Amino acid sequence: MSATTVSMLGTPPAASLPRLGVHDLLAVVEAAGLTGRGGAGFPTATKVRSVAGARDAVVVANAMEGEPLSHKDALLLARAPHLVVEGLVLVGGALGATRRVVAVGVHVDAGPLRPVAAHHGVEVQVVDGGFVAGQETALVRGLSGLPAVPRDPSVRVTSRGVDGRPTLVLNAETLASVALAVRLGPQSATSRLFSVSGDVALPGVVEAPRHALLSDVVDRARPGPVRAVLVGGYHGTWLPAARLPTPLADLTLGAGVVHVLGPGTCPLEATARITHYLAGQSARQCGPCVNALPRVADTVARLAAGPPDPRLPAEVARLSALAAGRGACAHPDGTVRMVASALHTFADEVSAHLAGRCLP
Amino acid sequence: MNMDLALWALGRGTAIVALALLTTSIVLGVLARSGRPLGSLGRFGVVDLHRTAALTAVGLVVVHVGSLLLDSYAQLRLVDLLVPFVGAYRPVWLGLGTVAVDVLLVVTVVSLARHRVGPRVFRAVHLSTYALWPSAWLHAVGTGTDSGTLTLNTFAGLCLAAVVAAVAWRVAPSFAGRGRARVERVTS
Amino acid sequence: MTRLHVDWTRCDGHGACAELLPELLDPDEWGYPVARSGERDPAVPAALDSRARHAVRSCPLMALRLFTD
Repeated sequence: MSATTVSMLGTPPAASLPRLGVHDLLAVVEAAGLTGRGGAGFPTATKVRSVAGARDAVVVANAMEGEPLSHKDALLLARAPHLVVEGLVLVGGALGATRRVVAVGVHVDAGPLRPVAAHHGVEVQVVDGGFVAGQETALVRGLSGLPAVPRDPSVRVTSRGVDGRPTLVLNAETLASVALAVRLGPQSATSRLFSVSGDVALPGVVEAPRHALLSDVVDRARPGPVRAVLVGGYHGTWLPAARLPTPLADLTLGAGVVHVLGPGTCPLEATARITHYLAGQSARQCGPCVNALPRVADTVARLAAGPPDPRLPAEVARLSALAAGRGACAHPDGTVRMVASALHTFADEVSAHLAGRCLP
Repeated sequence: MNMDLALWALGRGTAIVALALLTTSIVLGVLARSGRPLGSLGRFGVVDLHRTAALTAVGLVVVHVGSLLLDSYAQLRLVDLLVPFVGAYRPVWLGLGTVAVDVLLVVTVVSLARHRVGPRVFRAVHLSTYALWPSAWLHAVGTGTDSGTLTLNTFAGLCLAAVVAAVAWRVAPSFAGRGRARVERVTS
Repeated sequence: MTRLHVDWTRCDGHGACAELLPELLDPDEWGYPVARSGERDPAVPAALDSRARHAVRSCPLMALRLFTD
């Protein structure tokens, strides 16, 4: 990384924390151009602003790591938990929030986090649940003692969230980048964490500056020949190897997952596997999702494994249209978007499979 | 004297029609829950008719109770509307009517306020209609001056058959999924 | 613009709404309503307003809501 980029994982705890009002905080966050790093990529300033002025607010650091391929938040909590806690304290202080909570998933080790959190009067709560438990309304329900499944989005968590209070939920890494931006200036918050997995020799978390290329991130994990990359997460986008030299700034990075497929892996099979997993992770509250997603997964599996049937792509499209936009959360939307991305990027593989072959 | 006869007739007449309408409401309620349409009524028509039958029954029960309060031969007091089994005339059978009226009142109020109390509270209270109907039926069979007559027993038997059939359908495996081949949702 | 919102955590595909608002909704193969316009919360034109309110009242699970945006 360049000399001007500060390493998030290498930054020690602050000696003392400044107390910022909400306007000063927003100025820093906006100048740093911070966007959410939990998946949706929402402008952080906009989210903070939506709770500004609320009394009795709750600020939550989302470290659920519901995304199976993501490990960055867990690593952040292991190596630099103070940054997440500092971010919470700074945002909470600016908003006058009386409750600051780090929500950790059951597989995340909260050991190093607990003493730091206790020192700052920040709570740590373990929330049980699967893939969708990290979704904003589901997480709020989990923290309120209810099952961690989404609720109807009509009532925003910023109006009524944890225990009925206005709630701001930010990804753990987003809060860490807020802490860095406040402490060291907006220029400093230019690194980002990526969870690299798949056909690579050194899977793990990679920290890269924002101006880096996707290939810079992938190369750090020592890949072999790359066939394709899934960027963002299980709801992300499939990119062919030709797109590796793309600047990270030009990509939708989602939750920072970079999953590499080598030549030995059939991308349609990989897509089918992921889609089956996602179908199984539906909260099963909403009829279109619980019915359509398994059928989408089965159809993609038939595309991958045969027998060839020219009607399969159209069937995927038909079922995807039935799933998208018809649920309490974006789980079906993200799933079918990932599938559509696969059928688009792997169009040659689809044609080959429909002709009864699999491309090497 | 004539007034009492008129009130007595009104009390009995409204009772019979009310029980018929409560029976109809249960049957239509099961049909509504099934998600199956009923001819040109469609599914929304079934829901509408279920509610209309129920509300009409409520109105008739009000007249039924009112006319018997005014009828000096019936010996019905206001306390009998709230406290069961303390009545002067056939206290056990009458008491079942008290229970039915009290449950009916709660169900009606909660149903009219369902958008405010939310689906979970509404559903829990609504389930008590399965206790309401048997109380009303037993009260009808045992309390009135027509008790034991062939006409009443036949009528009561038909109502019972209708509700038994509806409940049997309700618990049958074929009832599920609102008639569609699908994966069912899980509500928490 | 008045819009019809479905609370998907409540909707059980009963189907009264699609019957009352065929211009706006179709039942899918599982019984759940699909907005014909493809919108998440379909717009309700003034002419359909009273039928839309009827649909909101008729939903046995109170899964429907009208709102203005």
